[in-house]
Amino acid sequence: MKKIFLLLTFVSSLFLATASLRAEDKKPTVDDRLTDIEAYITNGARQTNAPTALATSPGPGHNAWLMTSSALVLFMTLPGLFLFYGGLVRRKNMLSVVAQCFGIAGLVTILWVLFGYSAVFSSGSPYLGSLSKFSFLKDVTSAPNTDYAGWVSQSVYAMYQLMFAIITPALIIGAIAERMKFSAIMLFVGLWMVAVYFPLAHMVWGVDGLMNGVWNGDAKIKAIDFAGGTVVHMSSGWSALILCLILGPRIGFGKQPMQPHSMALCAIGTGMLWVGWYGFNAGSAVAADGIAASAFMTTTIAAAVASFVWPVIEWIRGGKPSILGFCSGAVAGLVVITPAAGFVSAKGAMIIGVLAGVVPYLACAFLKPMLKYDDALDTFGVHAVGGTLGAFITGVLANADVNSNLTAANGYAKSNGLDKLVAGGGLWIEQLKAMGVTILLSVVGTVVIAYIVKAVVGLRATEDVENQGLDVAEHGEEAYHG
Amino acid sequence: MKKIEAVIKPFKLEEVKDALHDVGIEGMTVSEVKGFGRQKGHTEIYRGSEYTVDFLPKIKIELVVADAKVGDATQAIIKAAKTGKIGDGKIFVSPVEEAIRIRTEEKGDAAV
Repeated sequence: MKKIFLLLTFVSSLFLATASLRAEDKKPTVDDRLTDIEAYITNGARQTNAPTALATSPGPGHNAWLMTSSALVLFMTLPGLFLFYGGLVRRKNMLSVVAQCFGIAGLVTILWVLFGYSAVFSSGSPYLGSLSKFSFLKDVTSAPNTDYAGWVSQSVYAMYQLMFAIITPALIIGAIAERMKFSAIMLFVGLWMVAVYFPLAHMVWGVDGLMNGVWNGDAKIKAIDFAGGTVVHMSSGWSALILCLILGPRIGFGKQPMQPHSMALCAIGTGMLWVGWYGFNAGSAVAADGIAASAFMTTTIAAAVASFVWPVIEWIRGGKPSILGFCSGAVAGLVVITPAAGFVSAKGAMIIGVLAGVVPYLACAFLKPMLKYDDALDTFGVHAVGGTLGAFITGVLANADVNSNLTAANGYAKSNGLDKLVAGGGLWIEQLKAMGVTILLSVVGTVVIAYIVKAVVGLRATEDVENQGLDVAEHGEEAYHG
Repeated sequence: MKKIEAVIKPFKLEEVKDALHDVGIEGMTVSEVKGFGRQKGHTEIYRGSEYTVDFLPKIKIELVVADAKVGDATQAIIKAAKTGKIGDGKIFVSPVEEAIRIRTEEKGDAAV
């Protein structure tokens, strides 16, 4: 789309150069206006022939859906994730999870405004954008940024992407719950955003990003990631594993009972995550178009199938179909469909749903007890395993009939060869490369940052604080009175 | 005066309260407690992690009655709380030295 736009800009500037001699020609013709309206309806490139408000005004429908989606994705963190995670910790640590989610929302927003949005979404190198182009959201106005979306206000687009930046580090706290100091979490997240998330998000979604197979004609790695399988779930999940290994297990892990204190809250949070995920996946079309419609459908199918399969496996294995099984299955289904949502058919989503009910289940029920790491709320088991599975399976199931951006009709895909990879079946190799880059950056970044934080403020709460519970000791409040 | 403490199954509380009311007992104190006797607990499984829950929820009823009413009261509790299955609970009876109604300062049997 960017290329078409550039071409149009070029043609229109030629036109404007000649037209400037005749002032009356500056007015858009009826044809110009009609073309713009058609482009609005088909989510096509802007009609730039018109030196009027036409060229800079956003589409009301696009903006409406993206503002709704932004609110839905924020709703996934506040309160979806903190209820999902909060219900799974012991009652003495419920508020610590709430505090961590709110703290991350504030901290990441500050970083995003300062230079984060600029680093991810301005052009620079294939690895990172410019830190200053949009710093303090300078020039981020209601006019669309046609590098990404011709019809969405850049101010809305920046907020939409911020919500992804908020939930990603918030996912990590599941692995290190009930024992890491609040100050250490804030410092870790701040450094992690800068060293891991911003570069990775630029590589995958940036206009000149290294792994942006769909929208960068020069992408070295022709990978596809619809809504953040690598950027959000793999990065947070793999970092979570490394951080929980460095941090060590909770006191009494494997000896004391550590049941979830409220499966009711956990289930409520899961429902909110599921609903919010429509903004995450269908919103990632950055339009209320046919691709969004397709993503909405596949998201529903994968989540519902996985949330059914997980507890059925528990049942078949002699246990009971548990609420945590339904909840874990739903989240796993949503995680695995994330990179694939706008690229696969309904049948593909069914396959993904079944795999999402089986593979993360095995990671949580067998891998964790076998290796004895204390991933308290299974961030690795669900998000890293699910995200990795999703990134790979997207390479196998991506279907050009569903999304024409995967065909030669998309100039970028044609230019970097993605269209042939999708048609010819070699896409999974590119996906493996993208997965390798993601895991490498997440693991190395987390190791370095964790030891920096350990040296500066220390990672763990003291033994007394951990025994008393983080709520009273670190936040001076109790979740439940009376 | 005697104090009767009865630990019963939670869903039997209403029946026990009605039965005590029928034999003329006018007041009692009830608390939600946890404990175990011969009844075994249960196992809870969360994503493959098994926890044995030994302490089961029970209701403890406490009432202080005149000596003459102890038989009626304990019989009423037994009749209402019995299911015949393990875990029905226990009744403990112990002597009470003094009882005082705070509002009127009445003492002894008149206070219970």
